[in-house]
Amino acid sequence: MVKNKKQPAVIKDLESIRTMIRRHKRNDLIFAAVGMFVIASLTITLLVLFLDLILDGYPRFTLDFFTSYPSRKPEIAGILSAWVGSSLVLLVTFFVAVPLGIAAGVYLEEYAKKNWTSDIIEINVSNLAGVPSIIYGLLALGLFVYAFGLGQSILSAGLTLALLMLPIVIVSTREAIRAIPIHIREAAYAVGATKWQVVYDHVIQYSYGGILTGVIIGMARAIGETAPIITIGALTFIAFLPPTPVTVDPPFLNFEWLSSGFTVLPIQMFNWISRPQHAFHINAAATGAIIIILTALMNGAAIKLRYNIRKKIKW
Amino acid sequence: MVMQKNKHNETIKAEAKNLNFFYADGTQALKGVTLPIYENKITALIGPSGCGKSTFLRSFNRMHDLYPGNKYEGEIILYPDNTNILSKKVDPIEVRMRISMVFQKPNPFPKSIFENVAYGLRVRGESNKRVLDDKVEEALKGASLWNEVKDRLEDLAFNLSGGQQQRLCIARALATDPEIMLFDEPTSALDPIATVNIEELMSELKKKLSILIVTHNMQQAARISDYTAYMYLGELVEHDDTNKIFTNPSKKETEDYITGKFG
Repeated sequence: MVKNKKQPAVIKDLESIRTMIRRHKRNDLIFAAVGMFVIASLTITLLVLFLDLILDGYPRFTLDFFTSYPSRKPEIAGILSAWVGSSLVLLVTFFVAVPLGIAAGVYLEEYAKKNWTSDIIEINVSNLAGVPSIIYGLLALGLFVYAFGLGQSILSAGLTLALLMLPIVIVSTREAIRAIPIHIREAAYAVGATKWQVVYDHVIQYSYGGILTGVIIGMARAIGETAPIITIGALTFIAFLPPTPVTVDPPFLNFEWLSSGFTVLPIQMFNWISRPQHAFHINAAATGAIIIILTALMNGAAIKLRYNIRKKIKW
Repeated sequence: MVMQKNKHNETIKAEAKNLNFFYADGTQALKGVTLPIYENKITALIGPSGCGKSTFLRSFNRMHDLYPGNKYEGEIILYPDNTNILSKKVDPIEVRMRISMVFQKPNPFPKSIFENVAYGLRVRGESNKRVLDDKVEEALKGASLWNEVKDRLEDLAFNLSGGQQQRLCIARALATDPEIMLFDEPTSALDPIATVNIEELMSELKKKLSILIVTHNMQQAARISDYTAYMYLGELVEHDDTNKIFTNPSKKETEDYITGKFG
């Protein structure tokens, strides 16, 4: 390279530095391109899928579709029992998984002594989030349906989905708690607060955003779950509604719906897909589009909530 | 009741006696420190980083108890009731109810200005709105912050400037009428004007209580403190009137440190 021996060493170094920077920048570019490609192909796949469902199901997006029971005639069949079933099952899931999950997360993070038992619990909880949902279905079939005698009911289904959602809530609770800086905790202890006062007045209050996000993402996952619900024996054709949870007469609450048979949106969709008539496939596409819209709305709400809450908290 | 006095007839508020401290990993951060804190005086702790002055300060409100494995040996006696606040029989929460602390970085809670100051009272079970209002106002006045925030007590504490936040933390520590206030480098994150404000505030506060302050800034120790203790490698090298320490220290190491030959 060096033809002119009088050229100062600095200049030569400058040349090699520039070559090096060019090489490193090329790596930057390659990585960015690969990333763009991966993200674009994922997004486009999802969009195409969604658009396909919308286009197929388009004729069925009517009010009647939401207010009709399933039927042998595809053009008058609807998803009334399915969306009511999904809502009630999710209601049970919410009230079981959220308090249990938050309590477990707070306990593990704040109270549990750090030793090998807590390590094992930690590994287990993280792994639970990745267990195939059919396994939860089998567990629930043995435990809730038969051992506890809850039958093929909304309660069984809600508890099953709660199992699925629990690890997500626990993990997000712990992560949200860990994000609270140590000097805020010390400030609370320094004025004479007890552990419970610190947890209740500060830790839980400041980790709300993260916990809520976990809850909504967990619910969004639960709404689309099919395998475990089929395993515990949800019905596929239901032309009735469970008893209403709220009544006009005192005591205004009624819990008979918990033991009612039910179906949910993904099962209704599955059922229609497996019919030979094309008209039912249109119904299935419409239901699929609705599930995707619901999931997207829930995830969107999670992001918006987290953003709003984070805006208020600056460490 | 035994009133402990020194040669100037000043009352001793608290005294560390032969205090050793070990962190969970076994390192000994304090080695046989004996040091009195006088009532209505400011005692400053100076020394190079890692000399144990913050560790010493945080022993006074048992902050080390929050982390498992830490161990104290020796005593810190609080007068006039002669309580050894390091004793296993004394609940750390009881100690923190009597001795409050202001931290290095302003650390207000992500709550309103009012709730920040009221929190110590709420922890003590006070829920009467009128009592809370009065105490919060008194504490904010005591921390010379009242005039700046009286019209926006419901604002989030984070909307205050750094210096205001630190005075808010002082108000929070003051609201519960502590006997001693601990300051852990309270001005190291603040600009010079905010620093002057806090220093003036401390000189005002010592009329009501006793102050122990850790500072990296020797001029600050010289300006505000009545007594100064120089620590090095976990040991107390010298402790005396601030004037004496800065004009005529009896130990060579102290002189080297304050004249900048070392540190």
